[in-house]
Amino acid sequence: MQKLTKEDVHPKIVQALLADTDITIDDALENEMILNMGPQHPATHGVLRVLLRLDGETVNACVPELGYLHRGYEKMAENMGYQEFIPHTDRLDYLSPMANNVAWALAVEKLAGIEAPPRAQYIRMMVAELARIASHLIAMGSLAMDIGALTVFLWTMREREKILDIWDILCGARFTNSYTRIGGVANDIQPEALAKVKWFIGQYLENLDECERLLNSNRIFIERLENVGVISAKDAIDLGLTGPSLRGSGVEHDLRRATPYMFYNEMDFKVVTYNEGDSLARYFVRVEETRESIKIIQQILDKMPQGEIKANEPKKVLPYKGEVYSRMEELIHDFMLVNFGINPPVGEIYSAVENSKGELGFYLVSNGEGHPWKCKIRSPSMVNLQSLPHLTKGRMISDVVAIIGSLDPVMGEADK
Amino acid sequence: MGLEANLLKNDGIITTTFDAVIAWARKNSVWPMPMGISCCAIEMMASADPKYDIARFGSEVMRMTPRQCDLMIVAGTVTYKMSHVVKKIYDQMPDPKWVIAMGACTSSGGMYRSYSVVQGIDQFLPVDVYVAGCPPRPENLINALMQIQEKVGRSKARDYSDIAMPELKILQNN
Amino acid sequence: MIDKEKITGKLSSQFPGIGMEATEYKGELTIKVPRQNIVEICHFLKDDPELSFILCEDITAVDWAKRTNRFTVVYHIFSISNKFRLCIKADVDESELNIDTVSSVWKTANWHERETYDMYGIKFNNHPDLRRMYLPEEFEYHPLRKDFPLMGIPGSLPLPSSGNTGGKK
Repeated sequence: MQKLTKEDVHPKIVQALLADTDITIDDALENEMILNMGPQHPATHGVLRVLLRLDGETVNACVPELGYLHRGYEKMAENMGYQEFIPHTDRLDYLSPMANNVAWALAVEKLAGIEAPPRAQYIRMMVAELARIASHLIAMGSLAMDIGALTVFLWTMREREKILDIWDILCGARFTNSYTRIGGVANDIQPEALAKVKWFIGQYLENLDECERLLNSNRIFIERLENVGVISAKDAIDLGLTGPSLRGSGVEHDLRRATPYMFYNEMDFKVVTYNEGDSLARYFVRVEETRESIKIIQQILDKMPQGEIKANEPKKVLPYKGEVYSRMEELIHDFMLVNFGINPPVGEIYSAVENSKGELGFYLVSNGEGHPWKCKIRSPSMVNLQSLPHLTKGRMISDVVAIIGSLDPVMGEADK
Repeated sequence: MGLEANLLKNDGIITTTFDAVIAWARKNSVWPMPMGISCCAIEMMASADPKYDIARFGSEVMRMTPRQCDLMIVAGTVTYKMSHVVKKIYDQMPDPKWVIAMGACTSSGGMYRSYSVVQGIDQFLPVDVYVAGCPPRPENLINALMQIQEKVGRSKARDYSDIAMPELKILQNN
Repeated sequence: MIDKEKITGKLSSQFPGIGMEATEYKGELTIKVPRQNIVEICHFLKDDPELSFILCEDITAVDWAKRTNRFTVVYHIFSISNKFRLCIKADVDESELNIDTVSSVWKTANWHERETYDMYGIKFNNHPDLRRMYLPEEFEYHPLRKDFPLMGIPGSLPLPSSGNTGGKK
């Protein structure tokens, strides 16, 4: 068994770990234990490295280290066109890929000054809410699996497979489907897919009740999550938490209500808030949010208008493939858009949507060319992870696993 | 495996029967070690759930400890920072071991042509099967597993004859 | 409800003599401030009971690749009670590549400023823990600057050795 030496842990990280004491580096490696919950770990939701300073089993300090999945998105965005970047946005929060596509399309449309037609907006809202349900299902399942309840994980994965089947029929890919386009969506929704959506929301609520019956009054589940990782509303806002983690602390802040986008101000849904601020509250917020999403999808199915699915802006929106192959103007427009880009006017915008993890924001700076001058991705998982040292102080090692599960980070998003 | 190869150095009837039986047992119980890094890990998890059951091919458990596995499925983009970790885990797996490079990112860097992504894990790991796709469908991964099973089925004892056996010191009570 | 006139009015009455310019583009308000006064302006924006910009959404920087004022540090802040988003900018020149940290105002600024330091090299004075966010500590460059190539500098990030253990062919 080898001791952790200075090669495994960089001195600056150890300094950050010992910041609130006056123990020196050599001392700490002798007395208290520094434990490395490494990047490859069954319960860290991806490649997250957490360094813990332990006194027996109690965590005295905790330093998360990110960057094991840093793929250089922002640098790549400066070198490729707005359309080309859509498949990259899929892989940000890879548990709810459609929602990221929608966020990017909204940001670029705001920058370029175009607007998608109503039917496309309704379809986008529907797939974004399905993505939210899919992501929350995995969050519930993996939190339960980390606590030890393996059955719930398999049941939620079964529900998620039904959503992946819907996406398969809709656009051909189960997962990481780049479905939206600048100015609309790629193709119209098929009647088969619509029928499947109707069937799914009809049978989802009773399956969710079945999962809840296993967990909600289970004494082990509640004792492992109640009062674990408590954060007050003021601290949560100060640390920048957004999404279900913030709403579990009693702050009623939802971007679908605060700065409405698409047609959310016409939808009737409740912003779910719990006041306790512990891991159990965050879990319940997610479960209730899936119920609210089902309500929204039902309203979307009732209200969806007929019409076009791509905006009528030939200089900025890619034309339909059938027309590209048979007509001259569309061929020219396709060529110009693919080679030279959409060239939005000079300016900068910040556009944020409410994703399943929190607030996903894109800050785009354009200088008139086909590729952005700067693209900053404000990822909710990275900011949520910043509260990890605050939440784990004074708890035990097994609580660290439960707290990471209740924050639900996705490393593809946190590391960009 | 090294014992028989050292005892019976040529391909007699005993060695070939040994080979056939051991290879058959090995290929029907390949335990994967999921090196799940990003999006491909979700499809790998999906290939283990009841719809695309990987357990019916013998991969009953996905152990998270490298000491009990013989197949490493690298699923997800490997960055330079993560490559040291992947190599460390690969070194901890006991022989014989195989590697599946799942997805475009591990095969060649995928769509990430940038400063921090390793352009293909075969720059530091010996890969047996490459799976194309971004992410590959679960059926694709199961196809790769079947190809690994074929490769394992063809392995022979003399492939491992150059492993040095430790000297067994027999303690005698005096 | 607050809007552009109210915010600029309050700021200019609280900080007279500091040159601030406010622009509005596509419904978003941006205020440019000099970099020496950033901390007191942010304190005022957060603590004022009517404005109450208590949520700091994002901190980043833009590299303009020109000779004067090469970088601009950008802060996006949000007021939950007023549902209003504000963008504050401060120019930083390459000769004096530092700016005061606002992590005393919002604790979430800690990691955002670490990321900006990692990507651009802008140092934040009095930051409690200024180290790199994503790239290993031994990396010597700052990737998002415009003079860093997309494929990186060969040899700047080491790979593990490719020798395999065991007698595998």
